Formats: sequence, structure tokens, C-alpha cells
Amino acid sequence: MSRQPVTRIEGSAAPFDVSNVDTDQIIPARFLRRPRDAQYGTYLFHDLRFDEGGRERPDFILNRPPFRQAAILVAARAFGVGSSREAAVYALQAYGIRAVVAETFGDIFFGNALKNGLLPVGLPLPTVNALRDAAAGSPPARLAIDLEKQELVAPDGTKHAFDIPAFARECLLQGQDEIGLTLSLLPQIEQFEARRHASPA
Amino acid sequence: MSPRTLFEKIWASHVVQPRPEGIDLLYIDRHYCHEGSFHAFNALAAEGRPVRRPDLTFGVADHYAQTRPGPVAGRAVPPDPEMGRLIEVFDRNMAAHGIAAAGLGDPRQGIVHVVGPEQGLTLPGMTVVCGDSHTSTHGALGAIAFGIGASEVAHVLATQCLWQSRPAQMRVRFDGRTGPGVVAKDMALAMIATVGANGAQGHAIEYAGAAVEALSVEGRLTLCNMSIEAGARCGLVAPDDTTFTWLSGRPGAPAGAAWKEAVKGWRSLRSDPGAHFAREVALDAGALEPMLTWGTSPEQAAPVSGAAADPAALSDAERRHAAAQALDYMGLAPGARLEGLPVDRVFIGSCTNARLDDLRAAAAILRGRRTRVPGLVSPGSTQIKREAEAEGLHRLFIEAGFDWRESGCSMCVGMNGDLVAAGERCASTSNRNFPGRQGRGARTHLMSPAMAAAAALAGRIVDVREYAA
Repeated sequence: MSRQPVTRIEGSAAPFDVSNVDTDQIIPARFLRRPRDAQYGTYLFHDLRFDEGGRERPDFILNRPPFRQAAILVAARAFGVGSSREAAVYALQAYGIRAVVAETFGDIFFGNALKNGLLPVGLPLPTVNALRDAAAGSPPARLAIDLEKQELVAPDGTKHAFDIPAFARECLLQGQDEIGLTLSLLPQIEQFEARRHASPA
Repeated sequence: MSPRTLFEKIWASHVVQPRPEGIDLLYIDRHYCHEGSFHAFNALAAEGRPVRRPDLTFGVADHYAQTRPGPVAGRAVPPDPEMGRLIEVFDRNMAAHGIAAAGLGDPRQGIVHVVGPEQGLTLPGMTVVCGDSHTSTHGALGAIAFGIGASEVAHVLATQCLWQSRPAQMRVRFDGRTGPGVVAKDMALAMIATVGANGAQGHAIEYAGAAVEALSVEGRLTLCNMSIEAGARCGLVAPDDTTFTWLSGRPGAPAGAAWKEAVKGWRSLRSDPGAHFAREVALDAGALEPMLTWGTSPEQAAPVSGAAADPAALSDAERRHAAAQALDYMGLAPGARLEGLPVDRVFIGSCTNARLDDLRAAAAILRGRRTRVPGLVSPGSTQIKREAEAEGLHRLFIEAGFDWRESGCSMCVGMNGDLVAAGERCASTSNRNFPGRQGRGARTHLMSPAMAAAAALAGRIVDVREYAA
């Protein structure tokens, strides 16, 4: 089954100046039992966004009017560490976030994001910090991310190259169904199994 | 052939198809699933795809398992019907696809990363995956084992393969021998404090050195379990006689002539002399003390004789900011001494530290004494619970005042409703001290089982070495 290709993302950015954002923060574990639906947007950063009574915390970045509609989150160091829960990606996407900019990402989160078409854009920390400052300005910065060229365009027009694994990039640009692609290699998989069965490792 | 690492040898023997972009189609020998795998089964169902090799997947109910006894397959009625529904969905998915499983009520049930090795379903040289980040645990047996998300779980179910880029190689050596009261958990916390919570990002860690060789398999499982808390893709230990003795006779292990043949092959599973590691880290095991975390990241750990960080003394702006936030969440003053810190609750459990060795170590501290604060023990598996009971360990826990429960992930992640209340300080043998991990507003201090037992007795953080019998 093919997917929606991802080529270019443009939108307003929200500054999220927190390092080591674990996926427990992105979506607390108690929401993981819920079926995946539009509600996932309300689970995003739930315990940071809402107080114990369920009221919005006015100081949380995504509760402040200019940033409520953000499409790109500009974080700091090490975004999406810890638990493998793919629901962290579902929550970001259900909220409307389409890309996250940070210095580094947790390996599992990085993979999960790419599988779902959420772009993890890794840039050097000084660049991330500058983009976050721009996002905090008034009006908030708009950023453009071009997956084909692998570059992010800042509000002042400067371009920043970023790395995305080539295979994941191809899959995203073409809307490739990875399972379908792998199943096209079924003869090779079966040969591998036959070989291993004959002489186990 | 140029010298290769243990990891590279296992990887190379599992490549089905390389691609020019530097990514390999890797064959997966063993896949584990749990109740949380429902997203992946839903994705398969939506696309009408079958499970290609149900014989290579094994299911375990753990995340939503109630730990109190009761009428639902021996367990209490869940506090939220959604939890019960996910257990039913799990049972249904396992049955519908013909996947062998240890659901609630099965004598093999437990925490997936305890059950897999215990049942001999993870063996040296295997590739092992599960939709859970602590899959790194299985590397203790000399396997490449890593956590994956739901999309990759669906991919493995449909193809028995995964597209993976090969991580960089890192070796962590523990030279010398650990002193009294210093165990695998302390080694793990010391390593994470040294390299940082993201210090091993993009790497596979091989643990080596005299102190690692001296560890039991249980200790190695604890050490590899925490690899993900250093950001590593996985962690492994070269299999040796300790490994083979431990595995011999387990249900999934080969037997008879096949066992001898397998061991012969497994002996070649070690890094060649001169194999290249992109990073090498060496720690002196003899210099380690019992460790615990003071903050909200596993890297925020210190020896028990030490103190929480003082942000003002940190030169790195990010670390200073993170330390200040962590102290605020944890309700600690900058530079607060750790010994003497009052605790409200103790949890002994999780895929990190709930094996028989762990329960023995905690029970030895508790023997003949009474706790000052509530404590909960959830053994790593139902089998371990039985073995512990056969040794009488449960009586030591119960007489000391602990709540002796059934097996599951329990208070490590609180998904079954076993939660730490807001503001409470919990001495925990689990693996993550993230804000809200054990419950909203809960304050977690990670430590070894013996340290946690000593904290329960004293009602505060103490040096376990002063409590040893």
C-alpha cells in the first residue's frame, strides 16, 4: 500500500527549549492504551500542557497563541529519547507537527518518525539555538524544509543542509510502501532461510 | 579477513540483501510481542497481510498485567476496562495468527525481557527485536537485540526482516573487580553517568573486561538492559561458559548433539583481537560505589556517598539548565547529599532487576527486619516467583512488610495502574527516572535491589554496605 509522499514542509515554528525530551514526556504511558485516533493530539506533552485539573498551563509554549498552530517544533539536544512508543510520533502528527528540529534524536524515535513521514531534522546545536531564537520572535518564524535537497531554509534565507538516511529519504519522496518493497525480495528471503536451515549459524 | 567485532560477525551472518545506500535487509531470528503491539497488528489487518513466520514470534502479556491476585486468569480486575480490553486483544491476535504466547495464567508469563532468556528463546548469535526499548536486555546472551516501533513490528511480522543501517561500534570495559555491595546496576548507572544519556547514540555497545566476565547472566542482563539509557541501539556481551551453563537445558535451547554443535559455533562469537571500535570507554570496577540517580535522567546518577549536582558548578549551559529543572522536579536543593534522603515507597521489579539473583540480594538485606515505608515486589516472571517461593524468599519480603505481587511491568511504567503518587519519592530498581514515569509527579531514584531494600528498612537512602548481614 503506497503512502502519501513527503517532499516539502513549510510552516510556523514553535521554540521548545528542552533537552533530553523523552517519549514519556511526549505522550505519558497512560494514554498508550487508547486506540489511535484524532484524540492523540490532546495527549501530546499532556502533563506539561495541562495541569492536574486538565486546565491548560498558559506558560507552556503550545498554549501560547502564536504557537498553537505550529507545524515545526524547534527543540534543543536529544529529542525523543527513551521508550520505543511510536505513539509519540502519532501524538505529534495528530497535533499538527510535521517536523522536529534538534541537534540529535533518540535512535528509535528517529526511525519511527521517518516511517510515519514526520521529519526529524538534525542540525548543529548553534544552528538549532539560532532557529529557536528566530521562532521565539514576533511574529514567529516560518521555516521551509526541502527533503529533496535536504535543506532547511531559515527566515533570513540562509540554508542549512541536514542528513537523512538515503533509503528513508527515497521511501518518503516516493511514498514507498516498505513492506511491499521487502516482500518483492521474498525469493532472497526464502533462499536465506533455506541456507540457514541447512547450516544454522 | 580483517578483524571483526562480535556485533559485526552476527550482523554479517544476517544480511539478506544489502543496498547501495548503506542499509541492509536484516533477517530477524526472534521477535517478541506484548499487549502494546496492537498498533502493528491493526496495521497488518488494515492491509490484509498475514504474519509470515508466526513460529519465530513469541508473545508475553506484561505491560497491562495486574499484579494483585483476582478472578481474571488469576489476576485482579483492572482499574480501567481499557487495560483488560488490551489483554483480550493480545490473546486474540496471538490466537488468530498462530503465535505461541504466555498470556495471563500461563506459567511462563512474566516480563518479556525476563521470559525470553529464561525460556531459552533468545540464544547467542541471534538477531532479536521487540516493540520495546529494553529489548537491549537480550544482548547479554551474545545476541544483537534492539527495540523497534510499531511500524517496524508490522514489518517484521509481515516479512521476518528489517531494513537497518549498521550502528557504529563502541566498547565499554569494566576492568578490575567490583567491591562488596557493588552490582551490575551500579556498573550500568556509573557507565551512563560517564558517557551521558545520549553518549552511545548511534552505537552498539560491547561490554567487556574482567568485571563483566565475572558477572552472572542475570547481572549481564541488567547491564545490557540499561544500554538504551545511554542512548545505545543495543548492548552485548560475548557468550562464554557462564552463558552456556545458564542456557543449557532451557526449553528453547538445543539439546543433545545439537547443543554440543551449537556451543561449538557460539565459541567463535567474540570480537577478534584488533577489531576496530569507534569509541572505547574504560571504567575501573574496583573504584565503583553503590550508585543511585538524583535527577530525571539516568545520567544524573552519583555514588551513594555523593550528592545531587549543584547547577552553579556546571560549566555546560544545557546541563546546568537540565540539572536545575531536575532538582526542581525532584524537590531537592542544589548539591543535596543523597544519604539520608527520606523515601516514601520502594519498588523492586522490572526487566532491569527482578530476576532471582535480584530478589535474593534484596531478601538478604531484609531478613529479620521491618520496613519503615511501603514496598512492592513484582518478580520478573511467574517462574521466578515460584522459584523464589520455593526458597522462602517471599516470606522474608512479606515479614519485612513488602507487598509480594504477581509478575508484570508494574510500577516501572505504571501502565497497569501500579503508580507512585504525585510528590512521593520512590526508591526503584527499574530503569527510568523520567518525570512522570512512575506516575504523574512521582519522584524516582534508581538503584540496585539491595540498595532499594535497605532504603525500605531505613525509610531513607542509605549505603547498603552498612546493612549487609
